[in-house]
Amino acid sequence: MLDYIDKIKDISKRLLKDCSVDMVIGFRKGTLPMMNEPCFAGKPEDVDQFVWDSNCGINLANYLTNRKEKIGIVAKGCDTRNIVTHIVENKISREQLVIIGVPCKGMIDKYKITTMFADEIQDVTEKGEKVLVTADGKKTTLNKSEVLQKNCVVCTHPNPVIHDELVAEKVEEQQGVDRYADVREIEAMTSQDKWDYFESLLSPCIRCYACRNACPLCYCPTCFVDESKPQWVGKGQDPTDVRTFHFLRAFHCAGRCTDCGACERACPVGINMRVFTKKLEKDCFEQYGWEAGMSLDERPPLDTYRPDDPDDFIK
Amino acid sequence: MNLMEHMGIESDRIHFSWISSAESTKFVKVVREVTEKVKALGPQQHFKKIDAKVA
Repeated sequence: MLDYIDKIKDISKRLLKDCSVDMVIGFRKGTLPMMNEPCFAGKPEDVDQFVWDSNCGINLANYLTNRKEKIGIVAKGCDTRNIVTHIVENKISREQLVIIGVPCKGMIDKYKITTMFADEIQDVTEKGEKVLVTADGKKTTLNKSEVLQKNCVVCTHPNPVIHDELVAEKVEEQQGVDRYADVREIEAMTSQDKWDYFESLLSPCIRCYACRNACPLCYCPTCFVDESKPQWVGKGQDPTDVRTFHFLRAFHCAGRCTDCGACERACPVGINMRVFTKKLEKDCFEQYGWEAGMSLDERPPLDTYRPDDPDDFIK
Repeated sequence: MNLMEHMGIESDRIHFSWISSAESTKFVKVVREVTEKVKALGPQQHFKKIDAKVA
């Protein structure tokens, strides 16, 4: 995957030189290991900062909302699905975009790696399927397949669904993956156990809203948690308010979430809030055969009506 | 509704019904059913704020 970068730079420079875009959004190296950050290149020379490795988990579709200029964007499979969602929801037009598609081989889970070492991680580099971590005063080699982000392990759409340029051959898509094993595990619990499970899941939440800010779907001008007239939800760390926030945010993502993992990745306390969104993703898939962001021509299930829509819950 | 149930609210507490203004008997029937089911469960223990936390 590291060899993509030359192609990404070539394409980005070409687009900027011939003025077909005003800027290209990609990644540059962050100040900490495993924390690549978004980079907005407006001039061809800015492109030299671009990097590509397994730490580009941030969903760049997040930076497209309501933009007016022409934008080139480096996009993985999940990013392109969120770009499609953005276009379908009229947050940007297809004509404004030049999508530089990146067939993705999975991003690495920085929490998993951080918890494997006692000391601070000094450096993380990649070589093929191996990840070399410098920490605790020594170098350790890990298999990338063992430290993938949880959503990448069950990803079935690593290839861009729409693209204008493609930086490499498409990668093989996993077949027959059990995407919802974790959701079923919770579904099998009793009500009380479910309640307790989410209670302990959310107990470390500090309401920093990093998950919301990292999410490309969360683009409301004023989020319901920031409203004060009326105040929909308390602003403190009362467990009821914390749960209301996560629960309602998940509902706002129903039929739109692509399980890109940006929320979980952004969380400073390591909460896997994907267990909320994934339940809705599963329901959408099972009841409407819907996977978000796969096509520009299909309307999402929440704004269409079909006579055969499931309605068993209405008595 | 599925997500409510998924995070631990008992499914018998959540009811959806479509009742026309002309269907008074259905309305009565549904309200009876709902109250019976909720009474059987007893008072809700979760998802209620006892007191607002004051610093």
